[in-house]
Amino acid sequence: MTDTAALSVHGLRVSFSGRPVLKDVQFEVAAGEFCALIGANGSGKTTLLKAILGLLRPQSGEVRIEPGAAGARIGYVPQKISIDPYLPLRSRDVVALGLDGARWGWPRRSRADDARVQEMLEAVGAIEFAERRVGQLSGGQQQRVLIAHALVRRPRLLLLDEPLANLDVRSTAEIVALLRRLSAQYRTAVLLSAHDMNPLLAVIDRIVYLASCCAVSGKADEVIRTEVLSRLYGYHVDVVRVHGRVVVIAAHEPEEIRAALARDPVHTAQVP
Amino acid sequence: MHLLELIVPPGFLANGPVHTALIVGAGAAVVSAIVGVFTVMRGQSFAGHALADVSSAGGSAAFLLGLNPLLGFLGVAALAAGGMEWADVRDARERDLVTGVMLGVGLGLTALLLYLGTIRGSTSGAAIAILFGSMFTIPASLIPLALTVAGVALVAIAAIYRPLLLSSLSADLAQAQGARVRRMGLVHALALALAVSLAAMTVGAILSTALLIGPAAAALRFADRPGRALGWAVAIGWAATWGGILLAYDSFYWTPGHGWPVSFFIVVLIFIGYLLAGLAGRRPARQGLERPA
Ligand SMILES: Nc1ncnc2c1ncn2[C@@H]1O[C@H](COP(=O)(O)OP(=O)(O)O)[C@@H](O)[C@H]1O
Ligand SMILES: [Mg+2]
Repeated sequence: MTDTAALSVHGLRVSFSGRPVLKDVQFEVAAGEFCALIGANGSGKTTLLKAILGLLRPQSGEVRIEPGAAGARIGYVPQKISIDPYLPLRSRDVVALGLDGARWGWPRRSRADDARVQEMLEAVGAIEFAERRVGQLSGGQQQRVLIAHALVRRPRLLLLDEPLANLDVRSTAEIVALLRRLSAQYRTAVLLSAHDMNPLLAVIDRIVYLASCCAVSGKADEVIRTEVLSRLYGYHVDVVRVHGRVVVIAAHEPEEIRAALARDPVHTAQVP
Repeated sequence: MHLLELIVPPGFLANGPVHTALIVGAGAAVVSAIVGVFTVMRGQSFAGHALADVSSAGGSAAFLLGLNPLLGFLGVAALAAGGMEWADVRDARERDLVTGVMLGVGLGLTALLLYLGTIRGSTSGAAIAILFGSMFTIPASLIPLALTVAGVALVAIAAIYRPLLLSSLSADLAQAQGARVRRMGLVHALALALAVSLAAMTVGAILSTALLIGPAAAALRFADRPGRALGWAVAIGWAATWGGILLAYDSFYWTPGHGWPVSFFIVVLIFIGYLLAGLAGRRPARQGLERPA
């Protein structure tokens, strides 16, 4: 592992009842790097993040994490959690639980703790709804609160599992920009899973691409190329630059879609 | 003075059984309300109810053997709670099924034990007392044990307070943060067993759910932070319990010769509290629905 790596994963292998989901996954994320973990549904993104967190035990392999400041483990935003609207926790309470939620005993929070919570709420733009119950917030607002919860102890590494799923275009852009800014501000490495890389292309330093149980990793500008991505996806895609933005589009319908259409044809309306 | 006498009838406070009922009832109400808030938040209301029903087997066994019924309730409830946590069924549906089957077995056992008790004592008083409570017949000697049980349950909940809150948000999140969620789940289940046993002693095994779930559910309609939810649940449960005792005592004057059961009044008061809380909590709920998801 290089000196600057916030996370290094070596020969990671995870299987569920004999069926391998990850085999020989290997990659590194440098300190402060903003990294996208891309893969189709069921490709093992959640499994990989849980293995990094220690929530599941891999069959073999090694995960090394740069030790953070005292007590700061990995920040984690889990995949779509549905929060009961009547859960008696305000945004502020959720962020405070990021400080000490795992500890036994009755909470005793100091002025300094309150100040850190307040600062974190400000940093993610959650002041407006700091006193409202989290279960009653919109999806984008909940993401902000969960990000504040994950970052309040200033971990060196932040893992987010599909934080952009279920967000509209505008909230997606806001959350991506927020994460990029926080990552730079706190020098926190970010590993964010997504099935669509388009909203992330402008901001990521690195891509880890998961397919058929293996990971391919590289600097964003090395991977976001027509020939590299086409090889990864298994069908031809174009990397296009329009209005200063990078977009990945499939040149033809991918094989799976063509096959599905052939089985179940769509009757398109006649346009006069 | 006249008004006070209208509400608090003569002799109420000087009455020994009333004293005991007030003390044990308060203990049961406070513990049930606090444990209940977390039980509701964790979505384990059904498990709480099942635990109470199963514990009635212990209560009736203790009655048959002439032991302290609270010990009977406690022993069986703690065993069942430990078993449920040990089995560690994650899937919610599966958990409901296992809980339901267990509930059936427990009540079946209760039916047998109470039947045997009826043959021996040729009275159905025990069945009513165990299933639906009989607060004015609680012996004063039970007070120290009841208060100890209440204290232990409260200390247990205080110990796991923060991981409980965090895991009610997401168990994965709690575990990723280093909380020992299984140990915490076990402690909560045991506290639930204590709460349910105390409630079973007072309002009966079947109605203990009302004391456990009702005040908590009412408080969660409008309380927006954990401390307030606990405070309101305690206030509602406690007020309903003492109010119920008072009304039951009064009822001796309504229908001379026999009063109405305390449990009935407590349950009615809790229900009223729940309805009022629903009114108080309507606004935030509507706002929640109007916002885009
Ligand atoms: N606990 C589990 N038991 C068995 N199979 C699992 C389990 N968790 C995930 N899987 C399987 O592992 C594969 C990868 O799942 P996951 O990591 O959730 O994918 P992704 O997050 O990329 O959608 C899927 O085929 C899924 O069915
Ligand atoms: Mg996933």
